[in-house]
Amino acid sequence: MAQHRIGKQTIVFPGKPGILSSAAVVGPKEGRGPLADGFDLVVNDALFNQESYEQAEHAIFREACEKCLKKGNFSNTDVQAMLGGDLLNQIMAASLSARELSIPFLGLYGACSTIAESLILGAILVDGGYAAPVLCAAGSHFCTAERQYRYPLEYGNQRTPAAQWTVTGTGACLLGASSNPWARITHATAGRVVDMGIKDANNMGAAMAPAAADTLIAHFRDTGRTPQDYDQIISGDLGRIGSEILTELMKKNDYLLTQDNYMDCGLKIFDPRDDVHAGGSGCGCSATTLSAYILPKIRKREWKRVLFMATGALLSTTTSQQGETIPGVAHALVLEGEM
Amino acid sequence: MEKNKQSAKAAAWENYAALVKRITPKSKMAQGCLRAFWVGGSICTLGQALADIGVSFLNLTASSASAFSSITLIFLTALLTGLGVFDRIARYAGAGTVVPITGFANAMVSPAMEFKPEGWVLGTGARLFTIAGPVLVYGISASVVVGILYYFIRW
Repeated sequence: MAQHRIGKQTIVFPGKPGILSSAAVVGPKEGRGPLADGFDLVVNDALFNQESYEQAEHAIFREACEKCLKKGNFSNTDVQAMLGGDLLNQIMAASLSARELSIPFLGLYGACSTIAESLILGAILVDGGYAAPVLCAAGSHFCTAERQYRYPLEYGNQRTPAAQWTVTGTGACLLGASSNPWARITHATAGRVVDMGIKDANNMGAAMAPAAADTLIAHFRDTGRTPQDYDQIISGDLGRIGSEILTELMKKNDYLLTQDNYMDCGLKIFDPRDDVHAGGSGCGCSATTLSAYILPKIRKREWKRVLFMATGALLSTTTSQQGETIPGVAHALVLEGEM
Repeated sequence: MEKNKQSAKAAAWENYAALVKRITPKSKMAQGCLRAFWVGGSICTLGQALADIGVSFLNLTASSASAFSSITLIFLTALLTGLGVFDRIARYAGAGTVVPITGFANAMVSPAMEFKPEGWVLGTGARLFTIAGPVLVYGISASVVVGILYYFIRW
């Protein structure tokens, strides 16, 4: 029996690994949103002086990693492991960045849940004494996601009201042991893959919400906690429809999520008037919001304990075209400030 | 046992689909139709005006004038697509820009631009028809079927 475990799905970190620094680099649309002041760099053009959007995504990814290391006063040679991924096929933005950073690299794919997956595994490495510090990062780019999952950028079509807008940006966090970190990771609940039969790739919020509910319920059941034990419960990119569904599913299980104790990164990152329909999505959505909004709130002691849960829709265009339903996954971790 | 499990799953999926349907907002049909009507109508009016200009001022025959009209609309769409303006008009107008020949021109130019970084052969060349391809395949197939029917059944 594993010793650092409570209940069916939850890990307890006895050493409470710390987040030593974080950084977020985003595109222009995110930069004119409500979180503008929290980003470390806003690139003024989605191409970021590169020749293709894939190169731009890679450059943004690397830039976020470098900025994170710099803020923590570390150089790449100090870092013992890098965990992360993105939405490009074969997670190329992360892989190419790892080539230049030359840190031992463990590439991960959890769709838009990647940052939480990275942080959980990173915290295990740190707390187990296997590696420290560990760099965790996840990113996405609107223009590369559009061509991979949907249409060419200049193709004239209309988006449905349930569609979400992929965030251009990368968020990175450095984990390690420290006496005075920005925040500590105390628990983590890895999620099961849940599929409730949604086939509409333009309604990812609905595809992911059941997985989010499953992970939250597992977390509360395992820890014996309730939503009241958290200053904020945060989902990754459920968007307007997904977060409304999550609220209903939780209510059916007697857990109350309200406007005061629950937020979704997808509804936080963009100005709602900026043609984003149901909100933001993508690996970069929760990763950049974590760095630009959530960690600063914890550092300022406005929030003492939050439950951060990134959500992912595990679809590929091929399986989607073949009529396969869209499975969702959600991973949660507890972040605590210094008391 | 296995059957019970299957039907329980089907029921859960059905319940969830109902919940999703209740919460997901619908597209605004009336607004969409109105916008498609006036933009699409304007494009067609422009096309007709171009054809009339061809006949009245450029001394073209009726069939040459309609070709002149199509070519001009295709050129304008390609230009606006290249300038990054067309997708904004289409986002507003929906079917109003898709249905006229402008939609087809945009469906050709946008992948040509999009896949250029992958090279002229495997990028632009290979993927030029990613959107327009199905329309061509089934459009041409249908016209062949109609042609054969017409050969046998003259009406």
